[in-house]
Amino acid sequence: MTDFTDEQIERYSRHIILPEVGGVGQRKMLDARVLMIGAGGLGSPAAYYLAAAGIGHLGIVDFDTVDLSNLQRQIIHSTERIGMLKTESAKKTIAALNPDVNVTTYNERISSQNIKELFEGYDYIVDGSDNFATRFLINDACVLMNKINIHGSIFRFEGQATVFHPKNGPCYRCLYPEPPPPGLVPNCQEGGVLGVLAGIIGNIQAVETLKLVLGIGESLSGKLLIYDALNTEFRKLKLKRDVNCPVCGDNPTIKELIDYEEFCGTA
Amino acid sequence: MPVKVRIPTPLMKLTNNQAEISAEGETIADILNNLESQFAGIKERICEENGAPRRFINIYLNEEDIRFLEGEKTQIKDGDEISIIPAIAGGAR
Repeated sequence: MTDFTDEQIERYSRHIILPEVGGVGQRKMLDARVLMIGAGGLGSPAAYYLAAAGIGHLGIVDFDTVDLSNLQRQIIHSTERIGMLKTESAKKTIAALNPDVNVTTYNERISSQNIKELFEGYDYIVDGSDNFATRFLINDACVLMNKINIHGSIFRFEGQATVFHPKNGPCYRCLYPEPPPPGLVPNCQEGGVLGVLAGIIGNIQAVETLKLVLGIGESLSGKLLIYDALNTEFRKLKLKRDVNCPVCGDNPTIKELIDYEEFCGTA
Repeated sequence: MPVKVRIPTPLMKLTNNQAEISAEGETIADILNNLESQFAGIKERICEENGAPRRFINIYLNEEDIRFLEGEKTQIKDGDEISIIPAIAGGAR
């Protein structure tokens, strides 16, 4: 019925014995199609664990190459891969971990021109991007194409995670209607991030993705999880769909994708 | 009566790196003015000139976004906790 090889039964045995997962759930994971935006701080741990879990089809979008300064947090890459495309490096690591996973790499910069084509064929979008222009673009495309957006972001010692589930809850613009203008957010030199924080938030995105694929538990849709690493605190704030939201509200004004100017800022 | 206000990382430069501030007032607007009197310059980072929070910053009273309560006029009571939550974009390229 669920059609596993002996090797798969052994590989996924700790999943299969979970009553909430079982063979049926593992089959759902092997059939799932998840697109990772970015193979960076958040995308690395998320893609790594999703691959280990047996998510059968992983798309990875990134145009960057591996840099030495990435390795403090981007654990899917390694020292010997410096200079390699991040998509290729991630694909290699995943292939070594789990041959069940079909990885499709997209070595391109995401924009209004290619995003719909990229999203086509995937049900879940894991947003591990690093700038507001891309985050708003991903949000709008998810709303317009009815894709679930598993969102995470990090700054210094603080992280945020949530799920934007079109029609079932709020979207990113319900939370923040517009990106901040450059100048009102700290510049990149003031940035910095504790490497492990990327692991915590990226893995929360991975857990939320698996729960959605399996249809178990309660997703973070409608809740913003805030993690404060310095005080070891998790807080959940309520998010509501805004009926006046410019993209998912009752009378949306945004019907086309917008390319905002990308700037170096993390808010 | 004083309530606890949580300051997000990007604004902690203005609060001498304090993540929690005690502020007084009966409404959110009072609290923002009180914060400004303690830490000059913080209000303009949070609010537009008309006093409404900027569109990439949300203010929560306990777990609720004040936009879905009564905005800056939302009343505060003893023991409440206020959080200022800005959009952050980092995924750490």
